[in-house]
Amino acid sequence: MPAAIRDVMPAFELFQPTSVADTLGLLERHGADAWVMGGGLDTFDWLKDRLRKPKVVVDLSAVAELRGIKDAGGGIEIGAMTTLTEVATNALVKERFGLLAEATGLVASPQIRNQGTMGGNVAQDARCWYYRAGWPCYRAGGNICYADTPTAVNREHAIFDADRCVAVNPSDTAPALIALDAQMVVRRGASELVVPAQDFFVGPGVDITRLTLLRPGDLLTAVRIPGTWAGKQFYFEKVRDRQVWDFALVNVASAINASGNAISEARLVVNGVSARPYRLEAVEAFVRGKARDEQTAEQAGALAVRGALPLRHNAYKVPLMKALVKRAIRGAGAWTS
Amino acid sequence: MPEGPITSVPGGQPGVSRRNFIKGVIAAGATVSASAYLFRANIAGQDSSLPGSVERLITLNVNGQERRVDVLKHETLAMTLRYKLGLTGTKLGCDRAECGACTVLVDDVPHYSCSVLTHTVRGRKIVSIEGLAAPDGTLHPVQQAVVDGQGFQCAFCMPGFVMTAVGYLKTNPNPTRAEMAHGLSGNLCRCADYNKILDVMMNAAEGMRRA
Ligand SMILES: Cc1cc2nc3c(=O)[nH]c(=O)nc-3n(C[C@H](O)[C@H](O)[C@H](O)COP(=O)(O)OP(=O)(O)OC[C@H]3O[C@@H](n4cnc5c(N)ncnc54)[C@H](O)[C@@H]3O)c2cc1C
Ligand code: SF4
Ligand code: FES
Ligand code: FES
Repeated sequence: MPAAIRDVMPAFELFQPTSVADTLGLLERHGADAWVMGGGLDTFDWLKDRLRKPKVVVDLSAVAELRGIKDAGGGIEIGAMTTLTEVATNALVKERFGLLAEATGLVASPQIRNQGTMGGNVAQDARCWYYRAGWPCYRAGGNICYADTPTAVNREHAIFDADRCVAVNPSDTAPALIALDAQMVVRRGASELVVPAQDFFVGPGVDITRLTLLRPGDLLTAVRIPGTWAGKQFYFEKVRDRQVWDFALVNVASAINASGNAISEARLVVNGVSARPYRLEAVEAFVRGKARDEQTAEQAGALAVRGALPLRHNAYKVPLMKALVKRAIRGAGAWTS
Repeated sequence: MPEGPITSVPGGQPGVSRRNFIKGVIAAGATVSASAYLFRANIAGQDSSLPGSVERLITLNVNGQERRVDVLKHETLAMTLRYKLGLTGTKLGCDRAECGACTVLVDDVPHYSCSVLTHTVRGRKIVSIEGLAAPDGTLHPVQQAVVDGQGFQCAFCMPGFVMTAVGYLKTNPNPTRAEMAHGLSGNLCRCADYNKILDVMMNAAEGMRRA
């Protein structure tokens, strides 16, 4: 459905706290009426389309403690309000976790990266157009999936783990963060939860209305990446219809620790194929101890797509994902033939 | 009041172009009624004693000037620039962060002004296409390169491209053609005049290095 230009967006009360403490106070006070805003680039579509009408918007742009990238004992900590451009160009990120720099640099467009934030990128909502056009589907609290009917347009939808809803997670940074064993730091009232990135994202079986475990009132403050994978061999690839603005049809992130030509440890995560970034633990286990060669890559690719259940228009994602997993095993630079 | 496209002219007098109407309204100091139409203000009970609460009357630094302006909480920077400050050089193409026509610099960094809340750029340095030329009228080297090379067709996308190029060249003054294309990749040209735009922007980069 084409986006119509209407007059700006519905009115809301705006707050611009300057500390995490004040932010949490505001979120507690306004509960489900409040909307947290990072860069706003996912937010504005919802508001402009009148599909979300929060009474209160809590803008995080003045909370200095949520910004910036810190060296943290071999790893790094990225404040939730750090812009994607900062993440993609930061020397420390590039040196230690080139995987994340690369994934982040492929998000949307330069201007969106200049404003969009790390927190907003991982917390962004599903891009299924039925949902985004305001259709009352499961994810919107209804009891039908419009993307999974015989006439549905579902070329961009899931091939794994669908449960009523067949939407996918659209984030490019999410698979990279999971591959790097990142942890998400979430403030929930007085408590702080530190959650592995993998568990931060949830499928429809856990909560069909949200892509992450963030609930109203929660604040993501930072993403921590441990030193474990610093400087290891990485591969990121994003396949999309056009080279700017577009979300991934499928993307893949891998981190490989190799001694000589043998893989000692690997992480492999694919996004754009299920409601949660899809970590390939079976493939990771399979390649452990194997030579990093064409045969291993071939078998890994085949194993990766086992159990895929395509919809009417997205069967192409199966060979696409298989090819991307193969490349992610063979990797850039490390091994060629 | 009916919800209408932002481009409608209240009253719709025949023979009055939208641009002249807007300029006329601003010149006549009638911004309040115009913006009431455009934004349908709703200032429900605000309590300014809470931490983080926001005043509507703010000072913005636009093109080197301090401008006092009454900004709604849900107002975008593109709307403030165009309809409150009369700076209509900033264009609105999609209003969805998908075309780049509205690009302005915020502290030297290109942003889509259709997708920035004005209140989030209080105290920051905003530059639109109107603010590029020197006070004596000398064009910015990027503008001069556009004039010299006639790099656009209809030029609706031009202010956005120019602002993006100015911002990008601050981070990379000596780009290759491919780097320049990547730097400008967040701007669309409906006339698809990309090669000529790139030619012009490469000349602009050279002009800036010489300047
Ligand atoms: C045209 C377009 C193209 C895009 N293309 C891509 C793409 O290719 N790849 C990609 O990955 N993304 C893409 N995006 C999605 C997304 O807008 C950006 O990636 C951006 O990172 C979002 O960040 P933000 O800070 O602007 O988000 P916001 O809109 O501020 O926030 C997004 C969501 O996260 C919540 N949130 C934000 N910060 C926090 C926090 N600290 N704590 C709790 N909740 C929070 C908000 O409440 C909101 O629900 C695109 C968006 C647009 C408009
Ligand atoms: S895929 Fe999910 S979001 Fe899309 S229509 Fe179905 S239930 Fe809604
Ligand atoms: S009008 Fe802002 S990006 Fe199109
Ligand atoms: S010259 Fe017409 S849109 Fe670019």
